[in-house]
Amino acid sequence: MPATPMSKAEREPGHAHNQASRVFDLSVHSLRELNQALHKLTPGSNETAWEVLNPKGSHSVAVGVDQPVSIDVRGSVGYYCAGMNDGAAITVHGSAGPGVGENMMSGSIVIKGDASQYAGATGRGGLLVIEGNASSRCGISMKGIDIVVHGNIGHMSAFMAQSGNLVVLGDAGDALGDSIYEARLFVRGKVESLGADCIAKEMRSEHIELLQALLDKAGVTGVKASEFKRYGSARKLYNFNIDNADAY
Amino acid sequence: MTYRNPPTTPRKSATFDDYTLSEIRRAAATGIYDIRGAGAKRKLPHFDDLLFLGASISRYPLEGYRERCDTSVVLGSRHARKPIELKIPITIAGMSFGSLSGPAKEALGRGATLSGTSTTTGDGGMTEEERGHSKTLVYQYLPSRYGMNPRDLRRADAIEVVVGQGAKPGGGGMLLGQKISDRVAEMRTLPKGIDQRSASRHPDWTGPDDLEIKILELREITDWEKPIYVKVGGARPYYDTALAVKAGADVVVVDGMQGGTAATQEVFIENVGQPTLACIRPAVQALQDLGMHRKVQLIVSGGIRNGADVAKALALGVDAVSIGTAALVALGDNDPRWEAEYSALGTTAGAYDDWHEGRDPAGITTQDPELMKRVDPIAAGRRLANYLKVMTLEAQTIARACGKNSLHNLEPEDLVALSIEAAAMAGVPLAGTSWIPGKNGF
Repeated sequence: MPATPMSKAEREPGHAHNQASRVFDLSVHSLRELNQALHKLTPGSNETAWEVLNPKGSHSVAVGVDQPVSIDVRGSVGYYCAGMNDGAAITVHGSAGPGVGENMMSGSIVIKGDASQYAGATGRGGLLVIEGNASSRCGISMKGIDIVVHGNIGHMSAFMAQSGNLVVLGDAGDALGDSIYEARLFVRGKVESLGADCIAKEMRSEHIELLQALLDKAGVTGVKASEFKRYGSARKLYNFNIDNADAY
Repeated sequence: MTYRNPPTTPRKSATFDDYTLSEIRRAAATGIYDIRGAGAKRKLPHFDDLLFLGASISRYPLEGYRERCDTSVVLGSRHARKPIELKIPITIAGMSFGSLSGPAKEALGRGATLSGTSTTTGDGGMTEEERGHSKTLVYQYLPSRYGMNPRDLRRADAIEVVVGQGAKPGGGGMLLGQKISDRVAEMRTLPKGIDQRSASRHPDWTGPDDLEIKILELREITDWEKPIYVKVGGARPYYDTALAVKAGADVVVVDGMQGGTAATQEVFIENVGQPTLACIRPAVQALQDLGMHRKVQLIVSGGIRNGADVAKALALGVDAVSIGTAALVALGDNDPRWEAEYSALGTTAGAYDDWHEGRDPAGITTQDPELMKRVDPIAAGRRLANYLKVMTLEAQTIARACGKNSLHNLEPEDLVALSIEAAAMAGVPLAGTSWIPGKNGF
């Protein structure tokens, strides 16, 4: 959980702001123009609401944004949408290709549709919400990000996950949390299988509290934290022991 | 007196030599493979197997101490808005904070800056000492993504996407628990004291088509300013170079098997990958076949030790070389002044390679606060700068003798090989003959 108070963008991920949006049509302007315009934003800028039209599966839409603006992408995007986001509230009104929100630092990303593989890879902070399903390797190598998936996630998710929380309202595929470090995984549905060194853990009151706060933050209603199981590291592979070599 | 048959001299097996026997005993006692630092130690075809011809009647030399011989190189001119300009074609290779101490990283930055060249981060993120003391800093983008963040990407001078390294093509990094100090643990978002084994594959892309999209993302994040390098281990240099170019790299870095590592399995270091000498011509050929030689720059590393090695690499078509192990030696690694302490660790100066254990008497490959005090970053940086200066002067001496007013004008025709193997690998004639093995069907 972030130690700092939540920004408006975090409290209301993806909610449209009242003032007029700056509209950027990718069928007219180039991707480079969009990203450079976003990078030129300075603290206190009035251009706090952006709308991106006609993404048509473009890669690297709204990457490296470091100001607390809202960006609504109207359509589906390709690879690495919102990569390395640092503070923006980005909503994709469609589906997202591989690596959405990779290495996010802070802020929020909401995917209204499904997400392809590597969603939230290596993310360090902020909140990634996927309202549909996420494919394989969701949360791979995550380092502090919170990820909430309304649907299911694919195989090898949370591989080598170091820190942060992955919440799945549906099912998880094979080898969940393989070689996991200190990340917490909460799955409401069925887990196909657990990866090396990943085990089911007791849901204590602090975990229920943490999970409920995450569900609230992600706008999930009608689901109780107590319906989830928690998974995490058995910590048996933290220091090499020849007798554990068969685990790999 | 009775006649006794004369005894034969006790003979040890060339196959089961002393080292092999000791390794079998060590494996039997511990049940774990041997882990060590540095690169391949076995004898390999190398730059020593090449000679320059120098000038003669058909070639005339430049005045050795008077005429200018340019050493500068520009890296990243293909796509980057801000290419890197270096005074010398010798850069410092990526070595992580974590595997190296903070003072050692600072010394590398100081030495590189004094010499007008670049240094490179490693698998542990960018430290303030390194950024602060490095005029030109290359930021590595590794599978682990430890410490990766957009602010550091933007304050880097170039970005190096690391696919592999020569010591372990196909393997990830390793940092054992004893080196995971509080600071290292925080930078890597890991618990203190655990054995940290980095991933060998990038988490969010696989294959050349994905790499192209990943490079696009990095360019978009940094507004197309930074040169983007792609570093590969010396595995399939022709195809890896061609695919890196296709993916949009500005610079390709090829690291041969003599290139060092902080720690990996001995069996990996000695048995996977190709020698540096064997990697150069295929990489150059790939660039030439694509019409990209000198447009996409090629950096080669792994076992570069002196100005002759630099000159030979450049003559074979390389734009710059990179040094790691040699730079550490210039800082003070394996110095005989610490012999008593090396001996206490069961080794000797010149052979110490247990860099992963964190007990380096020279204070370089350690996170021990007392040991690392032994590195004075200012003095060590000066030594590195001196060494780089000597290498550059040596390379210039050879280039002038070959009649070249720039190191980059050296060419394969300036070289011959001492062995058939080296002739075949380098694509230059065997000395005293016009025979290039493998060329023209012979």
